[in-house]
Amino acid sequence: MTTVDDRPAAPPAEAPRRRVNPVLALLRNSWRQLTSMRTALVLLFLLAVAAIPGSVLPQRGVNPEKVNQYFVDHPDLAPRLNQLGMFEVFGSVWFSAIYLLLFTSLVGCVLPRMRDHVRALRSRPPAAPKRLDRLPQHAVLEAPAAADPEAIAAVLRRRRWRVEVRGNEVSAEKGYLKETGNLLFHTSLVAVLLGVAVGSWYGWHGNRLLVAGEENAFCNTRQQYSEASLGPRVDSADLPPFCLTLDDFDAKFLPSGQPASFWATVTVDEPDGSKRTAGFSVNSPLRLGSANVYLLGHGYAPILKYTDRYGRSQTSTVPFLTTGDTNLTGEGVAAFPDANVDPKTGKRAPDQQVAFDGLYLPTAPDNPPFVASQFPEERNPAVVLVAYRGNLGLDAGIPGSVYKLDQRQVDNGKLKQIGDKKLGVGEKWTLDDGSTLEFLGTKPYATLSVRYAPGQTLMLGACVVLLAGLMGSLFGRRRRVWFRVAPPDSGSPTGGSSLVEAGGLPRTEHPGFADEFAQLVAAVSDDERGAGRAREGVE
Amino acid sequence: MSALSDQLVTFAILAYLVAMISHAVEYALGNARAVTAKAAPARELVGAGVGAAGGIVEPPAAPAEIRPSRSAERARLAGRIAAGLTALAAVLHLAGLVTRGVAAGRMPWGNMYEFVLTVTFIGAAAWLVVLWKRPSLRQLGLFLTLVMVLLLAFAELKLKVAVEPLMPALQSYWFLIHVSTIVFASGIFLLGVVPAVAYLLRAGWEQGRRSFPYTLARRLPGAAGLERLTFTLHAFAFPIFTFAVIAGAIWAEAAWGRAWGWDPKETWAFISWVVYAGYLHARATPSVKRNVATWIAVLGFLTMLMNLFGVNFFFTGLHSYAGVN
Ligand code: HEM
Repeated sequence: MTTVDDRPAAPPAEAPRRRVNPVLALLRNSWRQLTSMRTALVLLFLLAVAAIPGSVLPQRGVNPEKVNQYFVDHPDLAPRLNQLGMFEVFGSVWFSAIYLLLFTSLVGCVLPRMRDHVRALRSRPPAAPKRLDRLPQHAVLEAPAAADPEAIAAVLRRRRWRVEVRGNEVSAEKGYLKETGNLLFHTSLVAVLLGVAVGSWYGWHGNRLLVAGEENAFCNTRQQYSEASLGPRVDSADLPPFCLTLDDFDAKFLPSGQPASFWATVTVDEPDGSKRTAGFSVNSPLRLGSANVYLLGHGYAPILKYTDRYGRSQTSTVPFLTTGDTNLTGEGVAAFPDANVDPKTGKRAPDQQVAFDGLYLPTAPDNPPFVASQFPEERNPAVVLVAYRGNLGLDAGIPGSVYKLDQRQVDNGKLKQIGDKKLGVGEKWTLDDGSTLEFLGTKPYATLSVRYAPGQTLMLGACVVLLAGLMGSLFGRRRRVWFRVAPPDSGSPTGGSSLVEAGGLPRTEHPGFADEFAQLVAAVSDDERGAGRAREGVE
Repeated sequence: MSALSDQLVTFAILAYLVAMISHAVEYALGNARAVTAKAAPARELVGAGVGAAGGIVEPPAAPAEIRPSRSAERARLAGRIAAGLTALAAVLHLAGLVTRGVAAGRMPWGNMYEFVLTVTFIGAAAWLVVLWKRPSLRQLGLFLTLVMVLLLAFAELKLKVAVEPLMPALQSYWFLIHVSTIVFASGIFLLGVVPAVAYLLRAGWEQGRRSFPYTLARRLPGAAGLERLTFTLHAFAFPIFTFAVIAGAIWAEAAWGRAWGWDPKETWAFISWVVYAGYLHARATPSVKRNVATWIAVLGFLTMLMNLFGVNFFFTGLHSYAGVN
């Protein structure tokens, strides 16, 4: 590793002492502090420490339900943590401050090094020090095969050293890759951050649940997502207008119940009016060009037919959300707010609305209790429902979840429980007022995430450069060698043959340098090409 | 096949255990010698003979020196046996992994048990390579086998699950790329922490500290060499770890629709990466002392452990494949 602080110190100020503007001096000093390696280290540590709460506390961006649950569980602590941004650590002011300072420090550190490095790349290897025997590596070659500076330079060049011949001296340097790699690495970190920024400004995503069947198709507009977020530079009108229909969902399971494979088949209506069928799965999203569609989960939507006391029937396909249990037990509500409209008066009776709340079990057990599915596939599908009649509270203007009953209406007695039952496919349940509910079967549903994430290509490219740079930086080794050919007239004991002195300086401390130096000296001693010529000369 | 794998792993643990005991014997005998032979010139001689081929120890002239050099010879023998047993254990370990993979019909990295099994194997194999190149480091084997026995026993007792195929979320070639590199880097980091701790002890000893933990380092190789080995291992593992994290992000994009989502596993990988980057910076900064830098490397390993055990046990996230509940 090179010592990092070995950049040549700024030349001593020669200008006559002037009174320095104290503000400027302060700024300059702060800048120096900020771009020092120590500060970078401290900031790196702060960054690591600051990330910890992001893994300990639930995060809105990762799991909003858990954050809500945390507020319920810790009513005193949660609001205070919330003020500190603890539920959005990675977007919080303090986290951003740390990484922005770090990146400022990084730029401040990298720019001058870049300038120095470009200079070093342009300049020639420095002249030899006076005393080569003071260097860590030193050798004296008597009558080497490559005896003149040009021949030595040729040997070195063949080994890809950067060489400079000055009179009877040869200077050579190698390992610029180390610094090049280091600079590439740090610059690509900045590029990764830029990629993140572009992605969050211009990207968008939406999640929704899609039940199979043409009547349930959805189009890519903001209103059609249950949850959506658009970057600050994206407008709702910018969303590309494609539509998706889930044609089929195929899930295979092992005998143990562990999922083996998923496959969703969809019809895509492209913005240009063309239609095509496509399939996708976990790990292989549907790439539409204008956005990607990811498969997040799946479940079943029971089809329920309710026939009211006047004989009018309505059919509803209701996705029952999986409860997190691996056997895909689903929970849901089928509401029929328009039930029991008197055909004579055509008037809706607000206290005669009907809803069914309960579970769907793809594989119901043979005996009660019917509370959990036994297997994720539909081997013995059944719904277990509680019927309610009364006012569903949908007109109150309070937004309620479509998957839950308004519990307030039950509590204040406006919605009454009128019985419960387990129904297999095709079974019919007759309620006290003669109305019936029939369980017709199910349709699969898939939960999807639709995303557009620009900046990812930039990030990927930056990551490739980052890795390459890192390798160069870690494994590159800067070193210098010098050869000095003693002038023939220096009265050498060998008479006409020459004496060559060599010295080596590893600029990056590494154990292999001695070996490399020895090999180099050996190569000069019996220069591969020169050696042949020398032998010929003897014969 | 799965039962065979279990047996092989059990035998591997036993072999590591006996190797550890053998290392401890080497250590104890070495201490005995160091104590009795304080003034004896034979000390230097024997010390120089350690690790050299042939084991040519001059027959001592004075009877007072018989004991020291004999126990030194025994110590050396114990050390060699320990190294041989470690190699045997690693072979059994590998066989256990291979049979487990065959039983499952996939790479044996599907759950936390298999993950720990593979990481420890990489650590042991890399240790054998280091030992091959630098036999003088053999004394470190005591620490290494201790780590092996602890981690493997923990895996056997707490993490073991039946062989199962992969769930769909893991069925991707990225599984191979991401997990193999994570496992490999973790194994090298695991090995790296051994010379790091040894260095911290030894540096204290060389500075004249003679209280408890430092006395352990009496017979360890020189601090500077340990420090260099620590750095070499970390510098080797870091780019691999970096690649693994990037590969994880690419996979996450395909599987979960986002490259980086600050899931607890991702968060801790980020933390480990930043801490190890801190180590490399600290080591490259002359004003930061080497033992401070080395502490950062140890801290880095603690964050890796946190990611493996802490996150799997305490947090739930998308990476919940550990097979522990
Ligand atoms: C996002 C923050 C940063 C990260 C993740 C990071 C990461 C790294 C890594 C992994 C290395 C190892 C490569 C090597 O040792 O050669 C490195 C080297 C280096 N970093 Fe950084 N760095 C960051 C910020 C900075 C900053 C702010 C500075 C300047 C103050 C800096 C200066 C250096 C220098 C000079 C080296 C080369 C050390 C050497 O010569 O070996 N880095 N960096």
